[in-house]
Amino acid sequence: MKYIMQILETAADFAAREAGEHTEYRAAWRTYYHALLDAGVYVDGAPLKAIATATTVRVRDGRQLVQDGPFAETKEQLGGVMILELPSLDAALYWAARCPAAATGAVEIRPIDLGLHESICNG
Amino acid sequence: MADGGSAQPQEVRQTVELVARSAYGRLVALLSTRTRDVAAAEDALGEALLEALTNWPRDGVPDKPQAWLLTAARHRLLDQQRRGRVRERREAAVHALAVDVVPTEPDELPDERLRLLFVCAHPAIDPAMHAPLMLQVVLGFDAARFAPAFLLSADAMRQRLVRTKTKIREAGFSFELPGERDLPQRLQSVLEAVYAAYGLAWDGVHGADPAGRERVDEAVWLAQLLAQRLPTEPEVLGLLALLLFCESRRQARRDASGDYVPLSDQDPALWSAPLVQAAEAALATGARQGRLRGRFQLEAAIQSVHADRLRTGTTDWAAVLLFYEHLVALAPTLAARLGRAIAVSEVHGAAAGLLALEAIGPEVVGDHQPYFAARAHLLARLGRRGEAMATFDRAIALTEDAAVRRFLQRRRG
Repeated sequence: MKYIMQILETAADFAAREAGEHTEYRAAWRTYYHALLDAGVYVDGAPLKAIATATTVRVRDGRQLVQDGPFAETKEQLGGVMILELPSLDAALYWAARCPAAATGAVEIRPIDLGLHESICNG
Repeated sequence: MADGGSAQPQEVRQTVELVARSAYGRLVALLSTRTRDVAAAEDALGEALLEALTNWPRDGVPDKPQAWLLTAARHRLLDQQRRGRVRERREAAVHALAVDVVPTEPDELPDERLRLLFVCAHPAIDPAMHAPLMLQVVLGFDAARFAPAFLLSADAMRQRLVRTKTKIREAGFSFELPGERDLPQRLQSVLEAVYAAYGLAWDGVHGADPAGRERVDEAVWLAQLLAQRLPTEPEVLGLLALLLFCESRRQARRDASGDYVPLSDQDPALWSAPLVQAAEAALATGARQGRLRGRFQLEAAIQSVHADRLRTGTTDWAAVLLFYEHLVALAPTLAARLGRAIAVSEVHGAAAGLLALEAIGPEVVGDHQPYFAARAHLLARLGRRGEAMATFDRAIALTEDAAVRRFLQRRRG
């Protein structure tokens, strides 16, 4: 099963990853990433740029509403995503608990709905 | 019965109900631990039971009804798959059911209920749903029966159960037993659900549930199964000991005319000595793993003090009070505080007991029948007749069991 891990990071996490090449936070991510590769579960993923770069779009009554910033102001913000190929939710919990962001922010795990994807794309 | 001839529909209905009752959780567990889909397993089993109601009157009741139901349910699961309702990768698992579950005597079907219990206690499921899920899926209780105990309407409870089972199917839960690290937390939920099931089942025995007796046995059997698989977990042994102590008093709880006999008035000679011994043995084995500290160990220890009356002729209420103090410190539940207040009344007198009772706020007490029954007794002991009678009336109005109601009416005078 494919799971998407949404990495929710605190403002301090965001600052830590920008603080330099050899910070503890980056080192932890590097180790984590290699562990995922070694386990053969990593499919894809990437960090996102700072929250300040976010723009949110809505269309209401035919009008396009563009808003500077993320869709909601929350304590933790989406800092990146990863797609992992795993046998079960339990395996996803195992990997999520080892994610460096989990210690300060949070990791939201959700299975990817491949069936829905197929039926939309090929229906 | 399996003479190939026809059977009476009435008889068949009873047989189907009996098999469904005694094997429901077992069959759901067997089907769902392989497909990792509880809702589909329940649907398939439901259809298999309907099929039995149609076929058995015509063909006779099969020799191995559980195996028959399992095969029929497996076919229903395969049908669902062909209609695309079950994921493809699970097809192999359903086929494998035929191979690794060779129909034999009912008791030889592998027992996967423990695995299913631990799935129900999964940390990715809302903790408030752990016990309801286990009660419905593994123990076969109707949601309407236990919804009030969780302060939900039957409909709201059913909806939440459906949502939870959808998550189990869609999120890809593992159906393996938890590892050592996750075990303690999940075990606590499992033990609490088994205990809740035992209590609910007893309510059923004295109420209108025809399956009450079997459900009581089922809960005890699950505690035994847990103790077999986790022979060094003190709390597992504590729960087993607690249930065995309760079971040992089965004969003593009602007199010859069917009237209720409270523990303090029970004749110890009517307690089952083998069950008391088994309970003591479980408690002692658990205690050897470390000091007494879990909720179920403490509750079993309290019952062990009561059981000692068989040997000594008296009850060591100071010991009971001590264990209740620990229990309240651990988790100040209403039942623990109530038990402590009763022990206080025995050690320090009715007035002190009443004070301890009154320290429990009315918002906590609600309509808890045992509270009003205990309060009424203490008021009567203190000679406060008027208040005692009014409180007995309140307790009587809250009592579902007719025998207990008669008992309270006699005490009320």
